[in-house]
Amino acid sequence: MMRLELVKRPQRSMLFSALSPFIAFALTIIAGAILFALLGVNPLKAFQIYFLEPVSQVWQLHELAIKAAPLILIGVGLSVCYRANIWNIGAEGQFIMGGIVGSSIPVLFPQFEGPLVLPLMLLFGMVGGAAYAAIPALLKARFNTNEILTSLMLVYVAQLFLDWLVRGPWRDPKGFNFPQTIQFNDSAILPELMPASGRANWGFVFALVAAVLVWILMSRMLKGFEVRVLGASPRAGRFAGFGIKRMVFFAFMLSGALAGLAGISEVSGAIGQLQPVISPGYGFAAIIVAFLGRLNPLGIVAAGLVLALTYLGGEAVQSALGISDKVARVFQGMLLFFVLGCDTLIHYRIRLIGLAAPTLEAAPKLEEAR
Amino acid sequence: MDITVNILLTIATAATPLLIAAIGELVVERSGVLNLGVEGMMIMGAVGGFGAGYLTGSPWIGLLAAIALGAVFSLLFAVMTLSLATNQVATGLSLTLLGLGLSGMMGTSFVGQPGARLPNLDIPGLTAMPVIGRLLFGQDPIFYISIALTAAVMWFLFKTRTGLTLRSIGDSHTSAHALGIRVIRYRYLAVIFGGACAGLAGGHLSLVYTPQWVENMTAGRGWIALALVVFASWRPWRVLAGAYIFGAVWIGQLHAQAFGIPVPSQLLSSLPYLATIVVLVLISRNKRLTMMNTPASLGQPFVPDR
Repeated sequence: MMRLELVKRPQRSMLFSALSPFIAFALTIIAGAILFALLGVNPLKAFQIYFLEPVSQVWQLHELAIKAAPLILIGVGLSVCYRANIWNIGAEGQFIMGGIVGSSIPVLFPQFEGPLVLPLMLLFGMVGGAAYAAIPALLKARFNTNEILTSLMLVYVAQLFLDWLVRGPWRDPKGFNFPQTIQFNDSAILPELMPASGRANWGFVFALVAAVLVWILMSRMLKGFEVRVLGASPRAGRFAGFGIKRMVFFAFMLSGALAGLAGISEVSGAIGQLQPVISPGYGFAAIIVAFLGRLNPLGIVAAGLVLALTYLGGEAVQSALGISDKVARVFQGMLLFFVLGCDTLIHYRIRLIGLAAPTLEAAPKLEEAR
Repeated sequence: MDITVNILLTIATAATPLLIAAIGELVVERSGVLNLGVEGMMIMGAVGGFGAGYLTGSPWIGLLAAIALGAVFSLLFAVMTLSLATNQVATGLSLTLLGLGLSGMMGTSFVGQPGARLPNLDIPGLTAMPVIGRLLFGQDPIFYISIALTAAVMWFLFKTRTGLTLRSIGDSHTSAHALGIRVIRYRYLAVIFGGACAGLAGGHLSLVYTPQWVENMTAGRGWIALALVVFASWRPWRVLAGAYIFGAVWIGQLHAQAFGIPVPSQLLSSLPYLATIVVLVLISRNKRLTMMNTPASLGQPFVPDR
């Protein structure tokens, strides 16, 4: 019988702080190899298809950027929440609401064209996401309601609302009864960055800009300090005169606005119209991105690319090996598990204690005697 | 009269998985651990229960598999949060994400297959009695388990010494540890119990409620169970009441859709989720009440010092 014992380090380990995402990734690969072997696939071949082939050509890098953009945008916003110890897990709903509110312009005013359309749509998307995120923030600040549960419940509501819109009032009348809106006009489409080589659009640039801005906010500005203090110790924050309620609104609405921007960028960039489903779970995968990136905006850029690769790899093994693309979700879940586990190493040393070892036999007895 | 009985029966069927999952989570939270992975453990129970029932042809084996899978899955969470002292909120979330992914992968070959259904109780003479016969003696076995479980947990938490110890750990793990109580061991057992319950609740969905496998078939029930525990302010009998209220909302919106009420079906489908939010607000606005009942060390990691 073995037992784990944690020994607190005098200070956080810089070494493991830097290494832990890599250890976690390595562990995920090992667990993934076992998984593939269980499915009866040669792990090496599977990994080649999963991790290498999806990024072996230039146009595929564009696809990677398309998938990474929403993950980074949402993940960066969530990192601010989680630093402040505020648990917004409803980014998926804020993403959808951003997509809906932003799309209201091309859907309701299809004649409206020109250079103003796109900026307005993006703004509407951010407002939509922020407003939707303000609901759990208000309930938490005003009534002390658990934000984890309310923000999550609102995801289901947003999904159903979108479903109603595209099957009901916003359905394309000439769309042969398909549940979708009209195709957006050209001025409502987010332009591609380098159309010659692939589909990647401005969403990826938004993601990078957001990451840099939030990094500056968190490391160079008073507001960022406030976020970190309130997250580490609400009591200390109160003494410093920082308002926890204002922080709840700030964190929720910032992350909601970024999720909303991700939503409208996805709809106007990658899709071009509203459909019953506009996200393959970006809002939830972004939670993993935030933690894998160590809640640091620049780390989140790297983590977003990794998670985007798991999506592409899932599609690749599905078409090449006939394995369900749900394998991507499994990889993402395992990755988060291992990241959290490895983070323990930053604050603790782990000692394995064998209870059966003769030298330690006295230990349990001592404990009983106490 | 028959319609009323039928509606009551369907409400009980809808309430049972909520009740079982919430009762399990209540014990976990009473020990001071917040496991947000209920949805993930539940869906694992659902896929495991369906799979074992489908492959062996015996829904009873399916039932056992659902319980076992939920418990094993919760062990992952226990090792992480209890032995490695990871953040409980994040770990619970990852358990849910992993469960939704794994179950989707395991269940690909089950989609569209007819499953095995647990038979309803049928006692000659008693079940045939008018009105109360089917309500009391004609339901599925898990219904009776859920009621017995609620009573047992009530008795365990408030009438036994071990239950008192468990509650004391939830209120102050440092004091409990100082008294020589094995905090981590109690919590391991509580988490595994919660996992077994969530697995059983998932098994109810795929072996009784709709005997088939549909991806994401838990549809947020695990989260509603978590909300029920808060709603019940950590009291078993209030969980029972809450589960039946939510079962009624769930069935009510389905009936309203069937009757063709001129309201978008999506609005009706979102009622259980909206109701959850409303109920949470109503409960949590009374600060004194929540402060008094919340286990004081809920969600805080514990590392014994030596």
